Amino acid sequence: MNAAKSIRTRLLICSALLAVPTSILGRVPKSPAAEPTPVILIQNATILTASHGTIERGSILIKDGKIAEVGASVKAPKDAQVIDAAGQFVMPGIIDCHSHIAVDGSVNEGSISVSSIVNIADVLNPDDVDIYRDLAGGVTVANVLHGSANAIGGQTIVIKLRWGLPASKLPFEGALPGIKFALGENPKRSNFSRGTPRYPATRMGVEETIRGAFTEARDYKATWDLYNKRTAAGEKNLIPPRRDLRLDPLVEVLEGKRYVHSHCYREDEILMLLRVAKEFGFKVRTFQHVLEGYKVADEIAAAGAGASTFSDWWAYKVEAYDAIPYNAALMTRRGVLVSVNSDDAEEATHLNQEAAKTMKFGGLSHDEALKLVTLNPAMQLGIDKRVGSIDAGKDADLVIYNHDPLSAYAVVQKTLIDGRVYFDRQRDVADRPVREKEKKALLDKQRKAAEKKPESSDAAKKPGEKKPEEKKEEKPKPPQSTLVLGGGR
Amino acid sequence: MKSALSHSLRALAAVVSLACIGDMSSAQSQPTVYAITHAKIFTLSGAAIEDGTVVIQNGKIANVGAAVEVPAGAQVIDGKGLQVYPGLFDPVTQMGLREIGAVSATVDSAETGAFNPDVVAAEAVLPSSEHIPVTRAAGITEVLAVPASGGMDSAGPAGVLGGQASAIHLSGWTISDMLLKKSVAMVLNWPEIETQTFDFSTFSRKQKSFADAKQEYEKQVDELTDWLERARHYAQALGHGGPGDFQRDVKLDALVPVTRGELPVLVFADKARDIRNAVEFCEKQKLKMILASGAEAYKVKDLLRSKGIPVILGPTLTLPREEDDPYDRLLTQPAELSAAGVKFAFGSFDNSFARRLGQQAANAAAYGLPYDEALKAVTLYPAQIFGLADQVGTLESGKIANIIVTNGDPLELTTEVRYIFIKGQPTSLDNKHKALYEKYLNRPKAQ
Repeated sequence: MNAAKSIRTRLLICSALLAVPTSILGRVPKSPAAEPTPVILIQNATILTASHGTIERGSILIKDGKIAEVGASVKAPKDAQVIDAAGQFVMPGIIDCHSHIAVDGSVNEGSISVSSIVNIADVLNPDDVDIYRDLAGGVTVANVLHGSANAIGGQTIVIKLRWGLPASKLPFEGALPGIKFALGENPKRSNFSRGTPRYPATRMGVEETIRGAFTEARDYKATWDLYNKRTAAGEKNLIPPRRDLRLDPLVEVLEGKRYVHSHCYREDEILMLLRVAKEFGFKVRTFQHVLEGYKVADEIAAAGAGASTFSDWWAYKVEAYDAIPYNAALMTRRGVLVSVNSDDAEEATHLNQEAAKTMKFGGLSHDEALKLVTLNPAMQLGIDKRVGSIDAGKDADLVIYNHDPLSAYAVVQKTLIDGRVYFDRQRDVADRPVREKEKKALLDKQRKAAEKKPESSDAAKKPGEKKPEEKKEEKPKPPQSTLVLGGGR
Repeated sequence: MKSALSHSLRALAAVVSLACIGDMSSAQSQPTVYAITHAKIFTLSGAAIEDGTVVIQNGKIANVGAAVEVPAGAQVIDGKGLQVYPGLFDPVTQMGLREIGAVSATVDSAETGAFNPDVVAAEAVLPSSEHIPVTRAAGITEVLAVPASGGMDSAGPAGVLGGQASAIHLSGWTISDMLLKKSVAMVLNWPEIETQTFDFSTFSRKQKSFADAKQEYEKQVDELTDWLERARHYAQALGHGGPGDFQRDVKLDALVPVTRGELPVLVFADKARDIRNAVEFCEKQKLKMILASGAEAYKVKDLLRSKGIPVILGPTLTLPREEDDPYDRLLTQPAELSAAGVKFAFGSFDNSFARRLGQQAANAAAYGLPYDEALKAVTLYPAQIFGLADQVGTLESGKIANIIVTNGDPLELTTEVRYIFIKGQPTSLDNKHKALYEKYLNRPKAQ
């Protein structure tokens, strides 16, 4: 029943509550990423640039972690490492605009309706194996979001999937941080009967929660603006206003220094948030999920908001009952900047396939479908100068497939970030016997230790019962990452 | 977008002109003879026919081949440039038993209590469920509606004996139109020795000692044994006593065919240890076992092959169970089982994701499963595993005409189903999603 359980966890809960603990055993191999970045030439590949069409039998030269040159013929230095990709396809690294990987513990501070005080950046876990699994699915950048239990949720961060490096190296340098909002069933707790009821319990209350918080934030900002103005004018001995960690991120939203990524489903709540945003003078950067976005696509486009949706999820709750797989295509045709996201570590491993479905459902072109998981999410996250397409000067974040990636038959061969190979299928497969051996040795050692201390566990008492899967060891806590981010006010 | 729409409209128009109805089968006035001509035909019972004809008569496949004559009066579909396959078969869904996962009033997928051998899926399948036409549009013509088989909904714990699965066609005004076979398997959720569980009602982790978990497991297996023993004694009495000798029992009645090995048990288990325990149990009890889900079936492939136990694999697009499993563990498993000679089919184990059935199979092919095996694992093999291969699963004379006509590989993401026949009737590819698409495609530009 585990497959079924995992689907239930994925979808019904849909990041609305606690992360379900996964079993933990052993260790995972890391990419050695300390050596200097090599000069790499990828040649003879079909290059899907996402910005300027497809180059047949083309080459990409990578220097200092950047794409130095791309084209039909590229001159490479003699000492360049050559990756011959004959018969293979290269596309820009996949950008997942809605992820919950690399988070230590729960993604929800669910106790309060405005949890802007908490920050995902404080709990990045570089040892989360889902980083590696998503890399193996071609993902290079993820927008790591707080959950959807609150009308105004926690602060969010964009990361690169630099597997093997410490937490401090995960954040995408220079990417604006975000904040998660959530509308509809999750913040009003429709499908969760736990504990005491919490305001809001209606969509009316969700709107009021956001309006109330921004009313406070506006006043708070005015107080600070006045203080700063008077200080700048030379007034002495002023007492600064009291810092409010809950309102600081909202002021950043008002100042355009923090993006709003809002979870939503129904058409009415999408328009509701656009009205509130207009009233307070901020922008909604992306609507997330936005499964009824196709019903109000013109309004989303007019507001300049992006939309990041699922390919074909539906009917797991009432607000997903009108979800259609044509959503991405319909919104694209109405001028909305659209991406397809995962919201799930497994779904992220085949976002290329999920994007491909829009060619069938709504008739997007191959190029348009490809952009849904590359250039478009890069633009939504404000990082398109650095990533999202294969152009000279951009970061060498690339994926090599053995087949057209917009197909169910494509398998990732290599994933590069900043010009380094972070995933190599051939190497992964070759290393498996070594890892198996190492795992066995560790388990044997553990078993022997347990035999010496017979009182240690119930499980070890009967000689016939000592199967490895029964003897899980508590994993030592990964080193907690403490990122010092800009203090603001 | 325009081209996709016009394709589907064209397909629809063709079907409407053929059948003069939008959707359902078996109205008396409909023509009953159809011929699909000049198509590439994948019969799955032999080699593909490059330029062939399929003749459909009275709901059955009357003839299929390269040199087949079109009977007089047949409605002809020109299949030039198109491909013909048996419809896909999804062997684990909750079709018609659940509409919206989070709304318990729409969820009839699992009964309360641990032992419910007498409940039957077909008794509660909603023929007008929106999931049915959506799933059909993906080329799936028949499914098993399986009680207590998980999926994403608010149903409680699945219990041990979950009830009887029903095989249904994905078209029909009533359940009797839809029924392929009412009772095809008894669901057995194999009790696991779980020290760590997650309680959805309180949303918290629960820890148990191994000894407690094992005791709980043994208690459940003892209870299950007891049910089977009672059913066996009951069956003996049934044969020998007079009608007034004892009171009938609906639960034991339901278990009798199981104890006789006539009705297979569809055993849900994932871990190798649980699978081994289940195999041993079924052998001892002389039950006919089909394994379902089987995330670690690869660890016991030799056992499964030697006992001839087939598997309905859970979604290949699933993360590995253990942190240190290879990242592609579930993707390569089908190839590994196939090479070991284990018979298996793919299942979606869900309604909303049923339309990913082809995608699941294609991904297994991408990771080493021979393509023909992937295709058979969503058509012929599920039919064989549930004893329905005399009726569906291949394109052969005499079988029920559940047929799809596509513009390409039915497992590929971008392939369109152009025509679908269920029980020999051209059936609509319209559905809720397409209707909403067309409605909002035509929304006037907002001011």
